[in-house]
Order: sequence, then structure tokens, then C-alpha cells
Amino acid sequence: MNLAYYPGCTLKTKAKNLEEPAIASMEVLGFKLEEITRWNCCGAVHSLADDDLIHQVAPVRNLIRAREQKKNELVTLCSFCFNTLKRANLLMKANAEKRNTINSFMDDEIDYSGEVNVVHLLEVLRDEIGWEALAQKVKLPLRDLKVAPYYGCMLLRPREVAIDNVEDPGILRKLVEALGATPVDFPESTRCCGSYQIISDPGVISAYAWNILSSALSHGAETLVLSCPLCDYDLGQGQKELVKKRAEFKGMPIFYFTQLLALALGLDPQVCHFELNYGDPVSLLREKNLLS
Amino acid sequence: MSVTISSKRMGSEFVKKVKELSGENLNLCYQCGMCTGVCPAASNMDLSPRQVIELARLGMQEEIAESKTVWICASCLACTVNCPRGFDLSKLMEAIRLLTLRKNVDHVKPEQVLPEKRDDIPQIAMVSGLRKFTG
Repeated sequence: MNLAYYPGCTLKTKAKNLEEPAIASMEVLGFKLEEITRWNCCGAVHSLADDDLIHQVAPVRNLIRAREQKKNELVTLCSFCFNTLKRANLLMKANAEKRNTINSFMDDEIDYSGEVNVVHLLEVLRDEIGWEALAQKVKLPLRDLKVAPYYGCMLLRPREVAIDNVEDPGILRKLVEALGATPVDFPESTRCCGSYQIISDPGVISAYAWNILSSALSHGAETLVLSCPLCDYDLGQGQKELVKKRAEFKGMPIFYFTQLLALALGLDPQVCHFELNYGDPVSLLREKNLLS
Repeated sequence: MSVTISSKRMGSEFVKKVKELSGENLNLCYQCGMCTGVCPAASNMDLSPRQVIELARLGMQEEIAESKTVWICASCLACTVNCPRGFDLSKLMEAIRLLTLRKNVDHVKPEQVLPEKRDDIPQIAMVSGLRKFTG
């Protein structure tokens, strides 16, 4: 089965280790992630100002591309892209006045009214494959790997785009369980990593990272799993300073959920691009006999 | 902190503008402080998120302009999903930022981002950060 897929800019450069294991894994699971043609940057953040419609144009154009290509559903991997596309879609669906303004501004495009359902790949795994069916496909159970699910902000907020319960999400926990690893719940799993503050005040990012990583560590986690390239960067960069400053902290590897998925499905680890991860994910996987 | 309130300030152009840009009803807030309690950045802020709402509806434009709070907010929406009154503080924070940015006053200049950082950070960080911090 083919699924229309929107990659976004970061996945083509910095986060190949999020995209490539996703494409390979979905193929094993019977789905082809089919990249829509002529996509553009999603805009990265949803415009929060009531009068700011020009910044809706970029995400809406992507939705129009999907519609033109006869797609009813658009799958995303990057949490930022998911959030921005889904919020723009809801706006086009719910607000007739703004929809008309945006449609008439883009008079070279077909009119769009929110027909494309924007989903995250985690939702596809849960809703179209199911955890039990996924567990049956696992060839290399990630035994003894203690994984803390980290959601960040964009998969869960605001409520109208949340892929799971906002207060008590479980979708990553279920995935971790299906892959044979041990999920480790911790209270900071939905706390912001500092996000784009990395460009204005990089110094604060390590403090944000410490709040999250130290909480996961104290609950017994060996690693975090996430889906956002910016969370991955902030928590990875933040660690570099933490390791220097805190003698007791030896660093914590971070994985994209697609990397653990590919590994558990028995795919060639090369597809995971572990060399792009921060820290030392390979040593942890070798220690657990998950990598030769 | 002590503030002097006046009906003139409360009906000022600033109050009208933040209401218009945010699309939010500032009078919904009953100052419970949930937003501050759940904000992961509150400890770095000089005005708490709760105080920003109160000062905005009182028309205290200068006090807000002197504060760093709206620039520390990362629009994580923890306040938004937890507000018992359904007030979307992320939109008020954005409205206040835009009052500065739309005067062509940037909070961050792209050239200030260190070259090695520019090459290293993911595109979503550059695009989102420059969207939030430049006009």
C-alpha cells in the first residue's frame, strides 16, 4: 500500500537517520512511503497571530500538492512539519473567511478546504498496523534496552492536533513495548527542550536538556526515543556541555523511533545511520547484543 | 511589584492591538497561575507568564516591553493546553513579540548566529527561530 509522504527539509540533510530507517521499515511492513512531488518548506512553526495569513501559504501549498496528486492522507515524520501542516489544515477546514482569503491569494492553485488528513507515522503504526501485528514482525527484540519515550511539544500540543492523550501519552511507550524493549516512564516526557531558543540563547539549552535527561536517568532509562530533529539536536548539543560540567553525567544516547523500529525489524543497521546520532548509541546497542 | 492602573491605559491602543493580533479575550484569565506553574522556562523569566497577561490587560506596555519574557517563551503550548479558562497565552506572547518585530526591530539578527552553529543546526531551528525573532 502506498502512503503519500511529506519529508520536510531537515530530513533530507541533518536527519537522514530519521527518514531512511522509516522508509525501509515501512517497506518491510507492507507500506511504501511515496514522497509527494514539488513539496516546499512547511514554514516550521504555525503562525499564532490572528492576522498573519501569509505564513499559512507555505504549509497550505504542500497540502494542495497532496490534493492534486489525489491523496487523502499525508504522512509526516518530523514533529515540526506534522504540527505546522496539521494546524494549517485545520485552519483551512474550519475558518471560511481565512480559507477564502488564502485561496484567492493563491489564485494559481486549486481551491483547498482541508480535505487532506495530516498524520504522523506513529499514528500509522498504531492505527493502520497495530501494536500486536507489529510485534509479530519483530526479528530482533530489543531486550533489556531501557527506553524513555520523549514526546516534546509538537506531537501533543495544541489539543486539536495531538496524536495521543495530552496529559498522559502512551503511543511511544506502546511502540517501545512492541519492539521488545523496556519502556521507562518519566515525568518530563512532554517538557519542552528549549526548541528554537538554540539560535537566540544557546546557553540555556543545556539547562533544559539536564531537566529532561536527569529525570529520565533517575527513572532508570538508558536512552531516549523521540521523533523531532530539533529535540534531538537540543538534547544532543545540550549534553556536550553537561558532560564537561557534571562529572557524574556520562551522556545518554538518543534514538529516533524509526531507528529502533528498523533495528527490531532486523534491517541492516546501516540504514539507521547511527553515525549521525549524538553521543555513542553504538556502544549501548553492542552492550545489549543488538549490534555486532 | 506595584502598578498604577488607569482606565485610559486599559483602553489604550496597545490593549486593542494585542487583543486584535492574538484574537484572545484577555478577560478570560482569572490569574490562577497555572500557566506559570507549567511553563518550563518560567524560572528564567523576569515577568511570569501570569503577570504578562495581567499587565497586558492593564495596558502596561512599557513594563512588558522592558521584560525578556516574551522572547524566552518557546511557544511550547504547555500553558495553552493546561489553562482552565481556555485562554491561549501562546497567542498573546506572539502578539506582543509582533508589536516589536513589525516595527522592523529584530530580536535576533541572522548574522549573530555563529557560523559553525549555522552549519550545524537543523533547518527547522533556523526557520522557526528566525520566524519568531525577526520581522
